[in-house]
This record gives sequence, structure tokens and C-alpha cells, in this order.
Amino acid sequence: MSTTSADRPTTRETPRYGDRVFAGLATGAGVLILVVLAGVAGFLLWQALPALTAAPEDVRGGEGLFSYIYPLAFGTILTALIALVIATPLSVGIALFITHYAPRRIALALGYVVDLLAAVPSIIYGLWGVYVVAPASVPVATWLSQWLGFLPFFGPDPSASGRTTLVVGVVLAIMILPVMTAVNREVFLQTPTLHEEASLALGATRWEMIRMAVIPFGRSGVISGAMLGLGRALGETMAVAIILSVAAGVHLDIIGTANSGTIAADIALQFPESSGLDVNTLVASGLVLFFITLLVNMAARWIIARRAEFSGAN
Amino acid sequence: MPDIDLDVPDQRETQSPRPSRPDRSPVADTPLLRPNLPRYAAPAMLVVAFAIVLALGLTVWSTNPVALLLETAVLFGAAIFTASALVEGRRNAVDRLVTVVVTTFFLLALLPLVSVLVEVVSDGYKRFDLQFFTYSMRGVVGEGGGAYAAIMGTLIITAVTTVVSVPIGILTAVYLVEYSRESRLGKVLTFFVDVMTGIPSIVAGLFAVALFVLFLGPGARAGVIGAVALSVLMIPVVVRSTEEMLRLVPNELREASYALGVSRWRTIVKVVLRTSVAGIVTGVTLAVARIIGETAPLLVTVGTTTSSNLNPFSGRMATLPVFSYYEYAQPGIPREPYLDRAWAAALTLIIIVMALNLIARLVSRLFAPKTGR
Repeated sequence: MSTTSADRPTTRETPRYGDRVFAGLATGAGVLILVVLAGVAGFLLWQALPALTAAPEDVRGGEGLFSYIYPLAFGTILTALIALVIATPLSVGIALFITHYAPRRIALALGYVVDLLAAVPSIIYGLWGVYVVAPASVPVATWLSQWLGFLPFFGPDPSASGRTTLVVGVVLAIMILPVMTAVNREVFLQTPTLHEEASLALGATRWEMIRMAVIPFGRSGVISGAMLGLGRALGETMAVAIILSVAAGVHLDIIGTANSGTIAADIALQFPESSGLDVNTLVASGLVLFFITLLVNMAARWIIARRAEFSGAN
Repeated sequence: MPDIDLDVPDQRETQSPRPSRPDRSPVADTPLLRPNLPRYAAPAMLVVAFAIVLALGLTVWSTNPVALLLETAVLFGAAIFTASALVEGRRNAVDRLVTVVVTTFFLLALLPLVSVLVEVVSDGYKRFDLQFFTYSMRGVVGEGGGAYAAIMGTLIITAVTTVVSVPIGILTAVYLVEYSRESRLGKVLTFFVDVMTGIPSIVAGLFAVALFVLFLGPGARAGVIGAVALSVLMIPVVVRSTEEMLRLVPNELREASYALGVSRWRTIVKVVLRTSVAGIVTGVTLAVARIIGETAPLLVTVGTTTSSNLNPFSGRMATLPVFSYYEYAQPGIPREPYLDRAWAAALTLIIIVMALNLIARLVSRLFAPKTGR
């Protein structure tokens, strides 16, 4: 630096160590995040290893790691799918309402109100689920059992307390609604105004305009939003831990007294009283959950990124 | 749905603009060629539908708000669809029906929010007193006691988390916006920060546990372990919101600064970050609001305790969400004092979270950068 500044006195007078330090700090912070993410996988794997290599009879449940995690993974996916089935149409409708139906001046405020649903801590959703949703669900479950009892999901004896897979699914749906609505809102707002105006100018009603211009444009966004919601629902812990009354094994009946637990809730319930190999088993189940949610989230982000390249809205 | 765009031009010339008899051709069904329902029709029908449903609800069915809303929506939807189909044609009728459905969905989403707030306030106010905020749970069995230790624990752990997460988050956002320049690292980082926002909170907790086995051995509990877990959840949120704000800073400002001979890092600190400080504060506040209510990671990393521990580097600490959970999950006999404390803690938590959200919105509104001229 000193030689160049001697040769050309009009350029920099002080060597800019500040620049280098700052650039280094910024890059370092970015690299640190990648290291942390790799560390999450690495440390979980390290702590899960003893359970992976343990003899089957030593693992909690006594039948090996796979048969311990498999029912929990089933319960996790079942509750998340129920939540997804409920939340997807709702979030599309809400996003359409905010972007295309509500008066423009209050649309932003309505968006904030939906976002507030995301601000409520999950422990509160759990307490609310037990004391409000579960009792209210009992007559519905009785009705389902009576009239739709031939389906495998609706068993003959509905739970009297209402602490069922179905209620967990409903509460999870409410919890993932804000994320999905936010994504849908964003893609619906990105619909080219010219497409919408052309459609209206050809005589389409508002719904026809939405169906022919907005929905086709936003379809991949809706899909990725649903997958983000699915990722949230898969990992949700406290609400499930509080609401669900769990029984070991795989249970397809979503309104009965015996419900399959979920991985996240099982960890929260068992971890505080566990030690030794039980901790390693729980970490192993957490690792499974991590990889499931990682795959779902990566797929969602990949769809969003791909859409940004080919959307034609530039 | 017939393809209106092709048929319209030919047929318009052969038909009178307002056909006297109903016609099945697409043109006759277009909105402009049919009479409309009067403006007062929809509100009037809505009022009548709600009155019928309310009367039935009070006498025969339930007054559950969800049931009332759905019944009103079905009745009103059917009425407006039929009326519109008779007068305005099928396409308009479908349009009106969709409006009803979409509005119902939105109202349906508001019900849980209202219900949660009502439930938390009505059950939480019983123990929302001075003793609750000034006493810990040490030696308390049954009535009395409070969440002083839990509130302090939550504040300390959140503060540590914020101190760790905010510099890392902001620096990463600076890297992404100012330095990465389409580099490979930048793209990878953007992708994985997004992926990181989806990490389940319990997995973040397990990661912190596994990490600290290295330093403290198995079974350790401390506030700082919880703070590490919460940082994993908070950093990506800070990065995303800060990145968005930095991208809003007009390039002219940077160029003006460079033109005056200001170095790059000073430009970033004094111009770019200075311009977007309101947005960054908003983002950080929302991120704090998101992690302050996290229960699961604290359950596995910090545990809980009855007395107040203000040192985050050693031993278990009480925190508000975990306090609420244990008061609910492991009550004594009688249960009421424990449940009242659980709800009071929930009320405290929701007030903190809502206040943070409000502050964030106010900051962003009051100090928003002027985008237009």
C-alpha cells in the first residue's frame, strides 16, 4: 500500500484497514451461519450415534430405534397433513380477500391482523387448544363417528376429552395459517396488473379474473407456501405436547382416545426426565425430524427460487 | 366456462344489448347485458340471514361463534347465489358466491385470534396482581407465589440471545447486500438462511444441548445454552428482515458517499445502515417477539427452577413460557392455583409479545424511509 500511495499521491491517503476488517467481519458472519447449520446436523449426529449403534433391547421401548421412531414419525406426518388440508384453502381465500377483495385502505391493516396469529406463542395455543378447542370438538367428533364411521379415520368411540389428533391438526392449521397467507399474499400481489386489467376489459367478472390471471400466476407460490407451512407443522412442539393424549403405536383413528405422538412433542415430554441412552434416542428422533423438515423446506425454497427465474413478471 | 374472448365480437352485432328473454349464449350472460341486483340487496340479505341464524341458534342450535358464522355464510351464500342467478346470470352469481366464501374464510381466521385473547385475559386476570410480579416460586405449595424469577429469566435469556444474534444477523445481511455480488457463497447463504428459518425449535434446542455436552458434559442446564438455541432461531429472522431493508436503500446514496471519497465500510455504517435503521429496529423487535415465547428449546436446555437465578452461565433458570407449561402440566392439589398461575404467565407473555409487535409497527411507520418524492 505504501509504495502505491507514494507513486500516486492523488489516490488513497490512508490504507483502508477498516474496509478489510469490515468485509472480513461480514463474510465471517455469513460463513458462521453456514457453519452453525452444518453444526446442527453434525452435533445431532454425534449425540445420536450411541443410540444408532445400541443393541435394540437397550433402546427405549425395547424393540430398537426404528420401531421407537416409526410411530412418532407417522403421528408427525398425520397431524401435519391434517393441518395442511385445512390451512391451504383457508390461506388462499384469506390472501385473495386481502389482495383482491378488501378495501385497499384497510388491506394492510388486515394483513397485520393475520400476522398477529403468528405472534401468539405456541404454549398459549396449547392451553387454548385444551380448554377451548378440545371441548368444542367433542360434538363434532361424535357426529363424525356416527355418520362417517365407515372411514378409517373416524373410529367408533370418539374421545370424551377431545384431546385428539384432529384437534391438534386444527390448532396446527391455525398456527401455520399466517406463514402460508404471507407467501400467498406476496405472489398474488405480484400478478402483472396488465393481465388483470386485460381480463377485466374482456368482460370477466372478478372471480373469473382471479381464476384466469391470478391463480395460474400464483400456483407455484401457493405450493411452496403450503410446503413452508408443512415444515412448520411438522416441527411444532408445545401445542402438540399439551393437547394430544398419546398412546404407543400407530393409530389411524383421528378422533379416538389413542393417538400416535409426534417426534417433537415426544422429545419435549420425555427429555427433561431422561438421561444416558434415552437422551441419545431422543436426539436420534430429533435428527429424523431435522432431515424431514430440511427436505420439505429445501423443496419449498427451490420452488420459490425456480419461480423467480421463470415467472415472466419481470 | 365459455371462452368469451372469441365469441363476443360476432354476436354483439346480431343481438340487442338488453335481451328481453333469458338467453343461454355467453354474451347474454355477460354482466353488462343483464340487470343488476339493487345495491341494498346484498346487505339486506346478510342481515336477514344472520337474524334467522341467530334466532335458530338461541332457540334450537348452539351459539358457538364458529357455528353461527358458518351457518350465516351458508344461508347468505345460498340466498345471494339464487337471487343473483335469477336476475344477473350464472357468472355473476358465481362471482358473488366466491366473494362470500373468501370473506368467510377471512372472518374464520379472525375467530381464533379473538378467542385466544378472550380466553387468556379471562383466565389470566385472576392472578395478574402485584404478588405475581414480585415473588418467585421458592417454597410455594398451593396458592401464592409468582413469576418474578420466570420473568427475570426470560428477560435475561432474551437479552443474551439478542446480543448474540443481532450483530451476526446484521453483518450477514450486509455481506449479502453489499459484498456478495452474485458470488457463489452469497447464493448458498441466501438459500440456507431461508432453510434455517424452518428449523423446528425443538431441534435447535437439541443442537444446543449436543454442543454444550462438549463443554459442560451431559445433563448440563444453563441459561446460555438456551440462548444459543434461541439464537439459531433468531439469526435467520434478523438476516431476512435486515436484508430486505438494506435493499431498499437507493444506490444514489452509496454513490454520493463514494464520490465524496468516503471509504466503503464508513459508507455502509454511516449511510446504508443509518438510512435503514428504522427498518432494522422493526425487524429485530419482531424477531425478539418471535423467540421470547419459545418454550420447547428452553424446556430441554434451561429446565426450570423455583428460586430466582439471575446468572445465565450456571444452573437452571425459570422462564415465563416454561413456567406456564409446568404450572399447567405438573400441578399440585388443588389444581386451581397452579392453573391460575399458568394463565397469568400466558397473559404476561401475550402482553409482552403484542407490545413488541405494536412497537415494531410504530417504529416502522414513524421512521419509515421516504420512498417517493
